[in-house]
This record gives sequence, structure tokens and C-alpha cells, in this order.
Amino acid sequence: MSNHSPIGKPIPIDVIEESLYEIRRKIYPRSVSGLFARWRLILVFATQLLFYGLPWISWNDRQAVLFDLIQRKFYIFGLVLWPQDVIYLTLLLILSALALFLFTAIAGRLFCGYACPQTVYTEIFMWIERKVEGDRFARIRLDGEEWPWGIHKWRLKITKHFLWLLIAFWTGFTFIGYFTPIETLGAAILHLSLGPWQTFWLCFYSFATWGNAGFMREQVCKYMCPYARFQSVMVDKDTFLVTYDKVRGEPRGSRNKSADHTTLGLGDCVDCSICVQVCPTGIDIRDGLQYMCIGCGACIDACDQVMEKVDYPKGLIRYTTERAIEEKETNQSAIRHILRPRVLIYIAFITVLTSAFLISLVTRNPLRVDVMRDRGALAREVDGVRIENIYRIQIMNASENNMNVQLKASGLSDLRILNSQGELVTEIAVGPASNLLIPVKLSTTVGAHEPGNYPIHFDVIGKEVSGSELIIRTRDEKSSFIIPR
Amino acid sequence: MSDFFNSGWSNYIALVSLVGIVWCIWLLASQRKAKVIHTADGAVADTGHVWDGDLRELNNPLPRWWAWMFLLSCIFALAYLVLFPGLGSFPGVAGYTTDGALMSSMTEANDELKPVYAKYVKMDIEEVAADPKAREMGQRLFLNSCAQCHGSDAGGAKGFPNLTDGDWLYGGSPENIKTTLINGRNGVMPAYGHLETAQIVDLANYVRSLSGLPADDAKVARGAELFKSNCVACHGVDGKGNIAMGAPNLTDKTWLYGGSEATVVETLTKGRIAMMPSQDKVLSPEKIHLLTAYVWGLSNNKTAAAK
Repeated sequence: MSNHSPIGKPIPIDVIEESLYEIRRKIYPRSVSGLFARWRLILVFATQLLFYGLPWISWNDRQAVLFDLIQRKFYIFGLVLWPQDVIYLTLLLILSALALFLFTAIAGRLFCGYACPQTVYTEIFMWIERKVEGDRFARIRLDGEEWPWGIHKWRLKITKHFLWLLIAFWTGFTFIGYFTPIETLGAAILHLSLGPWQTFWLCFYSFATWGNAGFMREQVCKYMCPYARFQSVMVDKDTFLVTYDKVRGEPRGSRNKSADHTTLGLGDCVDCSICVQVCPTGIDIRDGLQYMCIGCGACIDACDQVMEKVDYPKGLIRYTTERAIEEKETNQSAIRHILRPRVLIYIAFITVLTSAFLISLVTRNPLRVDVMRDRGALAREVDGVRIENIYRIQIMNASENNMNVQLKASGLSDLRILNSQGELVTEIAVGPASNLLIPVKLSTTVGAHEPGNYPIHFDVIGKEVSGSELIIRTRDEKSSFIIPR
Repeated sequence: MSDFFNSGWSNYIALVSLVGIVWCIWLLASQRKAKVIHTADGAVADTGHVWDGDLRELNNPLPRWWAWMFLLSCIFALAYLVLFPGLGSFPGVAGYTTDGALMSSMTEANDELKPVYAKYVKMDIEEVAADPKAREMGQRLFLNSCAQCHGSDAGGAKGFPNLTDGDWLYGGSPENIKTTLINGRNGVMPAYGHLETAQIVDLANYVRSLSGLPADDAKVARGAELFKSNCVACHGVDGKGNIAMGAPNLTDKTWLYGGSEATVVETLTKGRIAMMPSQDKVLSPEKIHLLTAYVWGLSNNKTAAAK
């Protein structure tokens, strides 16, 4: 796709049938150094340090970050999330989506180029590939006909795949380590005593890492990733994007360094094609904005180096906006367009949702109570003295401390709470991060109230003992009491 | 399902599914190649399709593996429809049914739980009832399978026996409770509608007097005669009931449907039919064992504790 499309209606010379499907051409990206390459390296380290490191941190005698699917409890440092807290996950997903919108509106596919796992692992795998097989031309030569399969080629390929698989396996292992305590998982691997599902997922994620970062690479971004498809509606004229300055660069062409290119009628682009060689998705940025562009900035670094060599000002390919190119603005004045309504709306949404998220997280009540009235047995008379209604009370202690829970009922006179053994319910001990279901009988005196349906309240007071501190948690649950005719 | 739909609908759905898949395969085959216009400067231009005056379609070929995946998906879909139910009312050749899947996963789950129950299955009901862990498990089973009728606290309701008192229609020994759970029970009190209303009131008074409830002496005397000719077959001469038949003891203070005169009259006039469903097909033998212990413990743990 190295040909630029001519503007205006094409002059047809020939109509040829071309295949709509083609065999993938392998891309050999050339290594690149510079500002953006450095940023990518920093982000590779930062994201991997976070990903590989988190499962090894412990907290309260357990893994700090653990998504225990069997117990249905998500541990995130001091926070224990129960299935009832799914709203936080929803909020987190909405916030992530909004952040993606915001970044895209401001600076295009920042996420894709720097933080997306697909890019990050491809980057790591390409680094290994470069260390083992050499840079672009060495790799093209190695894979070409010049190098028949021999000891040398086998050695390089085996070394590369061994290292790739090692990283892929460690990635799969780490990923499973978020769902199974990683230390027991490690021990299970060493003793070859993994369960069937753990083995399956370990192999699955290792294989997926190896396949995606080693072979699929840019094809994931081009053909599978939905974000690539809708990014075009998320960018506008004021979005900073990796852009080739067509006004300055065209017409392109090679020239003698000493010659004055303006007299030759040439633009600043020397047509060295290094920007194409470094591109991990194999596109030509000079064709304009394309959906395959992941905004990694490799071409910027490469072009700047060439510009430096030929003594032209840098920035023929740069992060800039469509408006800035058209109106020949400087980046400083383009930055002034950043705060436009859509960006402000995204920021407002993110601020409101983040505050709501944090406030509700901080004020979260770890004592939860659910009162269910029995439907089969509406009411019964006991010994002709008292009227009984039956309830199931579910008490959940989502904190990591012991809790003593008091149960009281109000709404009718002389309400008494008895357990199913007929004893008065006073205080119930609920262990840390556990729940309890108890059937209780609530009774009032016969004849004290007219027949009918009365709203009542269960007042639940939980005393949480956190170290030497006593925290009082309260809940008020509504229910109803039926007095039969 | 055939009660709601006629076979035309399932044929229609099958047709839509098959035509859809065939159309996908045809589309893939017919679109292998695109006509592309090449321009004078040698550049690949476009397909010649123009929308909105300036929107032109280029040929950006997809990788070949994509086409293969697409074709394989179509083949998978066809194979799936042959093997599994999905094509209208065709049941598939693999013999899969959701009912069968449920049954096998239930058997599987029960087998998986066997080691958990293994310890208790070997123990006597009395021992199991004394085990706190078994009681906890029993309570969960009870809340799932029994609380709908007997209440979460097992205290019963009108027509559903209280399981926490010491009074048992069919006997309260562990064996009796287990038999009740496995086979279920059918309690039938026949209707005495052929008796005159006054006679029924007399009978009701006599029955109430048996448990020491206030009753009219004249009516009780007449009722006693009626009782001898109508009720002794089941409830016995002394009205103490018969555990073998599930005939209730009429001399205690426990009333399944209520002991007021009006309620007893209603019971006599219309009769009562009570049904305890069999749990044999619903719960595994291990679960029934645990449940028996829980239910037995409801009244016996308390009396044991009181002693």
C-alpha cells in the first residue's frame, strides 16, 4: 500500500480483478530510537512491572490483589468486593471507556501505541527477535532464500521461540495468579499437581500471548480490534495525531544533499521510506490518516533522525492536528483548541463519576442485611397468646473484622425476635468476610392490633472490632407483618 | 412446544438458518475478487464505487486466514446444526437435550459432593443431628426444599405440620421421617357431607372435647355416638389416631387445620387432602439422610438439650 491515492476522479486505464483476500506479508519493522521510542519503553516497563508485580504483594496475610472466583470475592488491597458490588465494576468499565474517549479526542490512539497489551507484548517480542536475529535487513535475509534451513537458522529460530515461550508462559502464569493465589499456583506447577482448568487456562493464555505477540501482531489491530474501527468517529480536526505534513513534504523525491530542493521543485520529504520501514503495522503514514495507524510515533522518531541528517527542520511527521496542518498553525496555537466542548464534557463526566465512585467506596457499609418474609406460612398463632411471622434474615459482613450484630424490630408494640429454637435473639457473631442466614420468628401479642398488613422495620446494629477501634454500622431494613383475621 | 407453535414455524426458522449459512458461503465465494480500476500513473486506484460525490472505495484486501476462518465458521455452524438441536424442531443426531444435560450435571454435582457427605452417610441419624456442620448443611437443604411449605423455621402453617414440636402424624422416629421424605405421604380425611349439619356440629363438639376444649355437653354426648360409627376406623376408639395411616391424634392440642368449631365443621363437611411430595427423585440419598437428621433434630435436639 505504498501508493498514495490521487486526489480527484481517477483516470481509468484498466479494470483488473484483484483478490479480496491475500496471503499476509510479513512485516519486518526496523528498530527505532528517539523520544517516542523511549516513552514506549518506559510504558512497557511500567505496565509490565505492574502486571507481573501485583500478584506478589501481600496484604492482611493474603494476596493483595486476588479475584477469587470460587468464593466470589474480589480482594483489592484493603477492599473486599462481593458480587453485590458489581456496580463498582460497572463504574470502572464506564470510567475506562470515558478515559479512552477523552484520550482519543485529545491525542488519538495513545492507548494503542503505548499501553495496549497487544502493543506492549509485540514490543517485548520484537526486542527479543532483534536481539536474536538482528535488525530488519538481517531478518529479511534470514527468512529469505539466501539462508537455507541449517544449523545456524535452526539455532536462531529455536532460541527466539524458546525465549518467546518463556515470556508467554510467565505471562499466562501471572494472569492465572490473579485468580488463584500465585504462590500455591507456583508450588502446584513445581509439583506438577495443577488442576485441569488451571492447566487449560495456563496453556491458553501462554499460547495466546505467544501467538498474538509473535505471529498475529499488527493483524490484531487491523482486523480484529474493534477500537480501530470506531476511532475514526472519535477524532476530529483538533485531535493531535501522528501526521505527515503534506504541505511541507510534497512533492517528495530524492535529492542531492547540496542541492537546493526549492529550485528543484521538491518538498521536504526525501522519500527515504524509513517511516514505512519502522512502522509496526506496515503502513505509509504519508497516505494520510488510516485505521491501521496505532499512533505509536515510530515514524516520527525515524523521520526526525533523517531530517537532522539532511539539515532540515524536524517535525515533517509529527503529532499535530488536521486544523494546524491546513491553517499552518504552530503546535502552541493548536494546543489552545484542546479544550473544546466534547473534551470538557468527557472531563466533566469523568470527574463526576470518579467522585461518585470514590465517595461510595469510602462510605461503603460492610454490614449488609437482607430480610425475606416467608411466603408459605403467612402468620401463625402460638398457644393462642402471640401471633408469629417468619422471616429469613441474611447478614453479610463484608469487612475483614469480626462483627457482633444486634437485631431489633419496630413498628408494632411488643415485638419479639426468636430464633427457630424459640430463644430470644440478642447478639449474633458474624465472622470476617462471611455471611449468615438465620430464620427468625417475629411475634406480637394476639389482639393488640387489628388484622391487616403492617409495615415494620428491622434495626440492625453491627459492632465491628477493628484493632482496638469499635466501629458501629447500622442498617434499617423494611418488611411487613401480617396479622390474620 | 407444539401446543403453542405449529410445525410451519419451526420449518420457517430452519429455512432462515440454512439459507443464511448458504448465503454466507456464497458471499464468501463470490467476493473472492474485486474489480479494481488502475490509473494512468500506475497506482492502484479504487473499485470505481463512489458515494456522496467524493467517498471512494479502495481495495484493502483481507488476509487469507480471515477468509478461511469465515468458511470454517460456516462449516462449524452446519455441523453444529446436524449434531445438536437448533434447526427448527430437528433434535440433532448427537442426542443432546437440555433436560438430559441438567440430569447429567445434577448427577455429576451429586457425585462430586459424595466425599462431603461420605462421613455422615455412615453415621446414625442421631449422631448426624448432633453434628453442627451437618446441621448447617441440613438447614441449607431444608431452606431450599422444605421451607416453602413448612416455613423457614420449620414451624409449619395451616395444613402444613409443625416439625419442631414432638407431634408426628406418621411417627417421629428417624426411620419414619426418612420414609416420609423418600416416598412422600398422602393424608386423606374423607368428607362427611352425607351427615346432616346438626350431626356434624355434634361431632365437632365431641372432637373438641377430646382435647379438652370447651364444648356443649348435649352435643358431645350425641357426637360420641356418631364418632363410634364414623371415625373410629381411622382415629381409634379413644381418638388417639393411627400413625400407620397418618390419622391425627385428636386428643392433643395440635391442630393441622385449626381447632375452632367452625374449622372442625369445615374439615368434617368437606374433608381434607394433604400431600407431602416424595423427595426421592429430587434429592440424592445422601441429602435425604442429612435432611432426615436435621428434621429429626429440630424437635429432638431441643428435648435432648432440655434434659
